[in-house]
Amino acid sequence: MDITTKNSDANPPAAPQPPTAEEKRAARGATRLGDRVFLGLSRGSGILLLVVMAAIAIFLTYRAAIAISKDEGNFLTTFEWNTNATPPVFGVAVLAFGTVISSIIAMVIAVPVAVAIALFLTHYAPRKLSGPIAYVIDLLAAVPSIVYGLWGALILVPNMKGLFGWLNDYFGWTGIFSWQEGAPRSMLTVGILLAIMILPVITNVSREVFRQTPRMNEEAALALGATRWEVIRMAVLPFGRSGVISASMLGLGRALGETMAVATVLSPSFLIQTSLLDPGGGTFAQNIAAKFGEATEYGRDALIASGLVLFVITLVVNGAARAIIARRAEYSGANA
Amino acid sequence: MSKRIDVSGLSAYYGSFRAIEDISMTVEPRTVTAFIGPSGCGKSTFLRTLNRMHEVTPGGRVEGKVMLDEENLYGTGVDPVAVRREVGMVFQRPNPFPTMSVYDNVAAGLRLSGSYKKSELGDIVEKSLKGANLWNEVKDRLNKPGSGLSGGQQQRLCIARAIAVEPKVLLMDEPCSALDPISTLAIEDLIGELKERFTIVIVTHNMQQAARVSDKTAFFNLAAVGQPGKLIEIDDTERIFSNPSVQATEDYISGRFG
Repeated sequence: MDITTKNSDANPPAAPQPPTAEEKRAARGATRLGDRVFLGLSRGSGILLLVVMAAIAIFLTYRAAIAISKDEGNFLTTFEWNTNATPPVFGVAVLAFGTVISSIIAMVIAVPVAVAIALFLTHYAPRKLSGPIAYVIDLLAAVPSIVYGLWGALILVPNMKGLFGWLNDYFGWTGIFSWQEGAPRSMLTVGILLAIMILPVITNVSREVFRQTPRMNEEAALALGATRWEVIRMAVLPFGRSGVISASMLGLGRALGETMAVATVLSPSFLIQTSLLDPGGGTFAQNIAAKFGEATEYGRDALIASGLVLFVITLVVNGAARAIIARRAEYSGANA
Repeated sequence: MSKRIDVSGLSAYYGSFRAIEDISMTVEPRTVTAFIGPSGCGKSTFLRTLNRMHEVTPGGRVEGKVMLDEENLYGTGVDPVAVRREVGMVFQRPNPFPTMSVYDNVAAGLRLSGSYKKSELGDIVEKSLKGANLWNEVKDRLNKPGSGLSGGQQQRLCIARAIAVEPKVLLMDEPCSALDPISTLAIEDLIGELKERFTIVIVTHNMQQAARVSDKTAFFNLAAVGQPGKLIEIDDTERIFSNPSVQATEDYISGRFG
């Protein structure tokens, strides 16, 4: 003890020096070879991603601009897709409507069912049962969309007539559910098929979120005399709310962009049906798949332009979802 | 309206493991009873059998009788949900509902039971927050999230939430172990006030705390790890800390083990 005291008396602490370049590098953790390599790799990957994204965006915007500049119709409101005509006439109104409507139907059906399944698996089912069910749902997510499409066309479509007739009988007066006895290759059928397709991903993500509900929040509700359902309402659902929204966005992303299943089931046309039961309409992805093969170069540019609109719609929807989550961030379970 | 607790021959299990064995004791109304003992001796488990929270743990099972005045909590046909409305609980870590405001946290239990008039709700919330010595600190931020309060305030919020439904008994599972000394003091003062209205049972690792707040103290111990915990003795706090009748209690209190 004595020695150290003497030493520090003899050498008063030096005034702080500005860090040298060497020290700055050390502070960034990039002095060792391994650190330098990893830093270079991760930074390079990040830059590469941005470059690829920018290249795609520039290419798409450029080709789309060419197409739109020659479009004789109004690109946003025209109910027609005739890129071979001189002058060409095409618009995305029908596609935007069909894409949004089919996705809304899918979400309305899939989200409540998925949340219910997730709650069942995490809070009601015995462990012996929840494992196998979760496994089957994982399998559903892995089925290729063309298989869903074939199933939809061969099984779902022929069996929809009963439902359509019933809807027409009781809700036909609304106009939305009227049916002129056409083939049930309509938006409702597409929406139901999409709902089945996006169910697994929403269920899986919701299940993970619900499973992470803090045990102490559930116990707080139980100790107040909450029943199992009240525990879910007070502790589990509020905690999982933002997670369920994120899960739904994943599902919605798939529904908006789904191609083969829609193309196989829908009987497309360039008109907007006020009834969800009458065949017709189209979606962005379905239209691109249907037209791309026989399109001229100009036709392809027009399809690219429609793809850009789909991209914008996806961005808007995601932004809205983020805004909803952020609005109540201070109440989120993450603050617990 | 506090009630007497009369436990006889109570054992609790986790699966096939017996965590506590053959516990019998009486807790008088309007008193504070402290449970002390080394970790793993089953005092928290025993506490959770008093409001049937033990059985929500997977594999949790209880044998024996817990009488709340004339009613056996483990009698056939007794609804555990109803039991928990009579026997409130405060946990080790403050656990206000993070998605609810201060006001909604206190009102949560009332809204569950539905046993209130709409016009009275605000009064009950105010009365409960005052009862938990929290009103002055939160009266201007009733609509802010409960998770925004300090740890000590959150714990008093949880106490307010528990007493808002007017339970007969209040169980506290190490309510101060996550708090600083000043917040601890606030809670201890509060316990002294609350015992005028409720039967209070508190688990604590802090023997000074047990000596400060309780009228009776129960000492729990276990023979060895893997053996069930047992009640060694329960007596007036003063007597336990000055002249206990069992040697193991004296050893534990004087710091010779545990």
